[in-house]
Amino acid sequence: MSSYSLTLQNLTKSFGRRLIFKDINAEFSSGNIYGFAGSNGSGKSTLAKIVSGVLSPSSGKVIHQFNEAEVISEELHKHIGFVSPYLILYDEFSAEENLLHSMSIRGLNPNKEKIKSFLDDFNLYDRRKDLLKGYSSGMKQRIKFIFALIHNPSILIFDEPTSNLDNKGKEVVYKLIEEESKDKLIILASNEDSDLALCKTTLHVEDYLQLETRVKDKV
Amino acid sequence: MKSYSLFKKDWQSELRTRYAINALAMFILVTISVILFSIGQERISEYLTGGLLWVVIFFSAMSGLSRAFVSEEERGTTMTLHLLAKPSTIFSGKLLFNVLLVYLMNFSIIVLYSLLFDSFIIANWGLFFLATFFGSFGIAVSSTIIAAIISKASAKGTLYPVLAFPILLPLILTLLELTKFAIDGKTITEAYVELAVLICYDVIMLSASYMLFDFIWKD
Repeated sequence: MSSYSLTLQNLTKSFGRRLIFKDINAEFSSGNIYGFAGSNGSGKSTLAKIVSGVLSPSSGKVIHQFNEAEVISEELHKHIGFVSPYLILYDEFSAEENLLHSMSIRGLNPNKEKIKSFLDDFNLYDRRKDLLKGYSSGMKQRIKFIFALIHNPSILIFDEPTSNLDNKGKEVVYKLIEEESKDKLIILASNEDSDLALCKTTLHVEDYLQLETRVKDKV
Repeated sequence: MKSYSLFKKDWQSELRTRYAINALAMFILVTISVILFSIGQERISEYLTGGLLWVVIFFSAMSGLSRAFVSEEERGTTMTLHLLAKPSTIFSGKLLFNVLLVYLMNFSIIVLYSLLFDSFIIANWGLFFLATFFGSFGIAVSSTIIAAIISKASAKGTLYPVLAFPILLPLILTLLELTKFAIDGKTITEAYVELAVLICYDVIMLSASYMLFDFIWKD
């Protein structure tokens, strides 16, 4: 069984003069669900983006290891599955086309059977030929899960995974998270208690904001 | 192969959204019409016609080629691309798309030019073809990397031609010289130095772009 681990070393991020978090040190390993918690604007999504390699930290390091070998940043996309409300797929393509394109760009054999089984799981098969611009926000959220899972990644980063989903959709997602956590590393960035209840350990992003900065902000 | 898949995605998307093709087609028609109206019945010299050809090509390129990255940024799909492939694959895919667009654009401009301008008389089509072939490639490479740079700026429309002008100036000057040689009927051997400069420009821009893109791509 493959193992995946993630280490955050003195991770700091600021936008201009605004410090978001400072000196985060943490270790995560596969087979577990971890949470990034915090109020709105606390930096959960920023941390999720840094971990996924989409955003650079101001200082510090994010080390990804697959089977104890460090994953270089150029190869990171092969190991990561990412879902968030701000991840946008191509509206001018249908759900099936989006998935076929994503598979071929990843260098995978575009497998219609695999896509069918995922679309069935997320109850989207009947609408597979419809352009994404005609999808509701909940349906778009569901297609993002397929986009994140289709290449069988070792680490799944879910930022606000249940946003826009109805109760049935949430149940499917929670079941999926439980299932995938058996052999994958899962990170949930959320402020929903029901999401965070799944997590083994939760990292509160606001705890890593320097005290004096918080005082200054209040003043 | 992955770059080709990205190119295929972009081409299919372009055929549906007409982001760049419409802008290019309208610009070509408008600029050629303006030149035709402004010269009226006057017969302009062959050299001036050749010069104006590259003015049309330069500004047409400025109007349509930035779309490669700007459309991704405007639609919010940049992050999706980040998660799909490594930077060099993305640059190659976008470059392939721009190369095809430039060749189509230049072919249309030259055909229209030949039909509408009596004084556009090329004595050595072989040399003119070589100059246009390598020149178009240079325009495509430069436009792609500049598009990547400006896609994150707020004043994209203004910044693009401003940034492109100094980068494309050596290329345009060489192309003007080669067009003059082609009008004069000089042989390829006589134009060897200018052709070598053109090829060197392409190689330098291509290597520099690949090296630079990694830094531009990551926030």
